[in-house]
Amino acid sequence: MTDQPNQHPGINISHARPEDGRHTEVTVFGFWTFLMSDAIIFALLFATYATMVNRTAGGPTAAELFDITNAFIETIVLLASSFTFGMGAVALKEGRVGGVRLWLVVSLVLGLVFIGLELREFAGLAARGATAQASGFLSSFYVLLSTHGLHVLFGCLWIVVMLAQISVFGLNRQVRSRILRLGLFWHFLDLVWIVIFTVVYLPAVAT
Amino acid sequence: MNTSMLLGKLSLDALPFYSPIAAAGAAVIVFGGLGVIALITWLRAWPYLWREWFTSTDHKKIGMMYVGLALVMLMRGFVDALMMRAQQAMAMNAEGYLTPDHFQQIFSSHGTIMIFFMAMPFLFGLMNYVVPLQLGARDVAFPLMNAISFWLTAAGAALVMVSLVIGVFSTGGWSGYPPYTELSYSPTVGVDYWIMALLVSGVGTTLGAINLVVTIYKMRAPGMKLMQMPLFCWTALCASLLAVFALPGLTVAAGLLGLDRYLGMHFFTNDGGGNVMNYANLFWIFGHPEVYILILPAFGIFSSVIPTFSQKKLFGYNVLVYATMCIAVLSFTVWLHHFFTMGADANVNAFFGIMTMVIAVPTGVKVYDWILTMFRGRLRFDTPMLWSIAFIVTFVIGGMTGVILAIPPLDYVFHNTLFLIAHFHNMLIPGVLFGLFAGYAYWFPKATGFPLDEAWGRRAFIFWVVGFYLAFMPLYALGFTGAPRRMAYYDQPEWQIYFVIAAIGALSVLAGIICQVIQLVVSIRNRDRTTSFAGDPWGGQTLEWATSSPPPEYNFAVLPRVNSLDAFEEAKESGQPYVWPEKYDPIEVPRNSMTGVLLGGTSFVLGFAAVWHIWWLAALSLLGVIGIVIARSFATDTTRFISADEVKAHESRWRTAVLAQGKASS
Ligand code: HEM
Ligand SMILES: [Cu+2]
Repeated sequence: MTDQPNQHPGINISHARPEDGRHTEVTVFGFWTFLMSDAIIFALLFATYATMVNRTAGGPTAAELFDITNAFIETIVLLASSFTFGMGAVALKEGRVGGVRLWLVVSLVLGLVFIGLELREFAGLAARGATAQASGFLSSFYVLLSTHGLHVLFGCLWIVVMLAQISVFGLNRQVRSRILRLGLFWHFLDLVWIVIFTVVYLPAVAT
Repeated sequence: MNTSMLLGKLSLDALPFYSPIAAAGAAVIVFGGLGVIALITWLRAWPYLWREWFTSTDHKKIGMMYVGLALVMLMRGFVDALMMRAQQAMAMNAEGYLTPDHFQQIFSSHGTIMIFFMAMPFLFGLMNYVVPLQLGARDVAFPLMNAISFWLTAAGAALVMVSLVIGVFSTGGWSGYPPYTELSYSPTVGVDYWIMALLVSGVGTTLGAINLVVTIYKMRAPGMKLMQMPLFCWTALCASLLAVFALPGLTVAAGLLGLDRYLGMHFFTNDGGGNVMNYANLFWIFGHPEVYILILPAFGIFSSVIPTFSQKKLFGYNVLVYATMCIAVLSFTVWLHHFFTMGADANVNAFFGIMTMVIAVPTGVKVYDWILTMFRGRLRFDTPMLWSIAFIVTFVIGGMTGVILAIPPLDYVFHNTLFLIAHFHNMLIPGVLFGLFAGYAYWFPKATGFPLDEAWGRRAFIFWVVGFYLAFMPLYALGFTGAPRRMAYYDQPEWQIYFVIAAIGALSVLAGIICQVIQLVVSIRNRDRTTSFAGDPWGGQTLEWATSSPPPEYNFAVLPRVNSLDAFEEAKESGQPYVWPEKYDPIEVPRNSMTGVLLGGTSFVLGFAAVWHIWWLAALSLLGVIGIVIARSFATDTTRFISADEVKAHESRWRTAVLAQGKASS
């Protein structure tokens, strides 16, 4: 709390709702810090994947396994969910409860579809013998993807909780601030997925 | 090993009857624990502890609980050290009294405990207590999350303690290198305990660090610019940022090792395409910054203590701030010096060797700043200052041996010898531990209202310093003659005398610790005579001294306005150190909450169940953790108001104490 509170780009909501400003300033900044830490976890998993990608131990390789079409559909689904979440954020700003609910539910469904697609891919791979135990390469592949997937699952749970909180509390300050942070989380996962697509799937088709 | 649905791998075999010594250790823990529980029950102190401490969200109480945890764990870690010293003193051409396996467990638990459950909680405790006060804030940014951080750390420590009684601890050292720690070579639950303890407490530490970062950026008193923060806050900020960025390395390293062990994956195995070097890199990308997470706040403590007891302002504040930031950044560029010998080519080694030497430069700058702070000061030699002076001298020696180790060709000679053990204890004991002791003595009267006994403090100091030199200087010599670390017994007669001297040193440290225990008892006994509510026993320069001792729950009735460095000192010089307005406002503070204890407890069960493969319990407690968090998110009535009358009563009592003290001294 300095004299001129400095505000973070993108979360400057003080002019719309001054009373939200200070509270959000602190919690959202904290959440950014958490996301930085989380981003490093992903960065290290990416580095691990990069060093393991050729350690196939005689098993199947990336080029043999990965199906870019499925990954592409997953990408579209996840990007769409980010868009729908963005619509929810607009509704939130305008204070339309119905809009927020609707868009949160749509994003939730898209998130669950994504998880479903991912599980289907895993099942398909496992059926071909490409399990996480098959090689160092596959271990790093599965762990990278399921860390992301578990994050998405967690995000879905969070959406459900927020839907419940909207029913209980309406769009009060707490709820608004939490949805804001949930949004950051959700978009962050999108970003991570784009990197997964680029680092995991694209090179596999390129070779 | 058989596994059952109900109890997983757990059976009566888990009890430590494999060796009488392990059984005795377990008995001490069990009976000690039962004794404490009985005592609390007898004193009927449970409701009090629950209400005032366990459920507290006050940063000061949480800070004190952290320090309490650290002191208990220091005892445990030190008993381990004594046992190792005794073993090596007698194990010349003999087996000694410990089996090799038991010896390995001991150095592993010693290292793990000292770093993660002694030094870290001690630091977080002091930072928790002091940083908000120095910033002129009412609390940390997220008080409940603060409690959660503490209880997760405590849960991790409890897992290590339980391993003494149920099952075994890791034999893989504090760094847990695979492939040795993989299932094929370490089939017992030891490594799993190590993994779970680190993962659980790691979450706590990450949350705690985030909390401090946000507090320092966002909660400073009105007007306080970043460059007007006390240096301790700067070091706390840099250490917390390091924790936020570095701890993921540990989480990933330990997590992937766990996946290898639990799900049969191949990250670090010898076969199946595993890559052990990945582990070394991941672990030390965390591990090297970790040593700066430990040392930076200690530097901050010295930077608070030395000016106060030199009765001067800190010399070169700006330089110290920049040096701290340089160290924080550079600490991410040196990790490979922990494994020069593991196959990197000469150019890579040269790069990391040079970076390691570069990091000595800002550190050296700091040493000069402290010395120049003392130069021409009016020095007072109270115990906090004694620890600081011992630190400066001893730390410089350790720094120089560090530069030796930074030269790759020399590291090839010293790697894995006792020279290395001597070097890092030479940094950690004077650097971190003496800093923590200095801080403990310095802020103790703030936290409790009465000072620690000086006489016993000095005795402890002397025993510790003498003990340190006796215990670790011989290890340099042993390292020169090639004695390896982690050695249960040996057959070189000329080594034994050094080990005996080192054991004597450890006994001297033991005497120091006993003095510290006595000191605490004596200080508490004498408190009626020594208590002072006025709050500024040392003539402090920073805002934590501008409160009563102990400070009220809300810290500051009126948030101070700050427009200079060393705000309290400035206020004193302007003749108006204290502000007591006519009228007070009610103050909003967080309510107590049992979320922290519950989460800590559930996470402990989760870790324990995972160690023993009791999957139903693990699943249940995981659901518990999630459920607790969700349930808490529905709580609304989370703050309460301290009435203006109550504030006024406290402030006028404090004012009376300050005025009385002013009269007495003038
Ligand atoms: C209080 C006096 C202490 C004594 C007498 C002592 C003694 C020892 C001994 C004998 C070892 C094993 C050396 C070997 O491998 O042969 C050791 C290892 C270690 N100590 Fe200490 N120590 C002390 C304090 C500390 C402190 C304060 C810390 C950290 C803050 C610490 C951290 C470690 C670590 C990380 C290891 C390496 C464990 C491993 O090999 O994995 N020690 N210490
Ligand atoms: Cu290092």
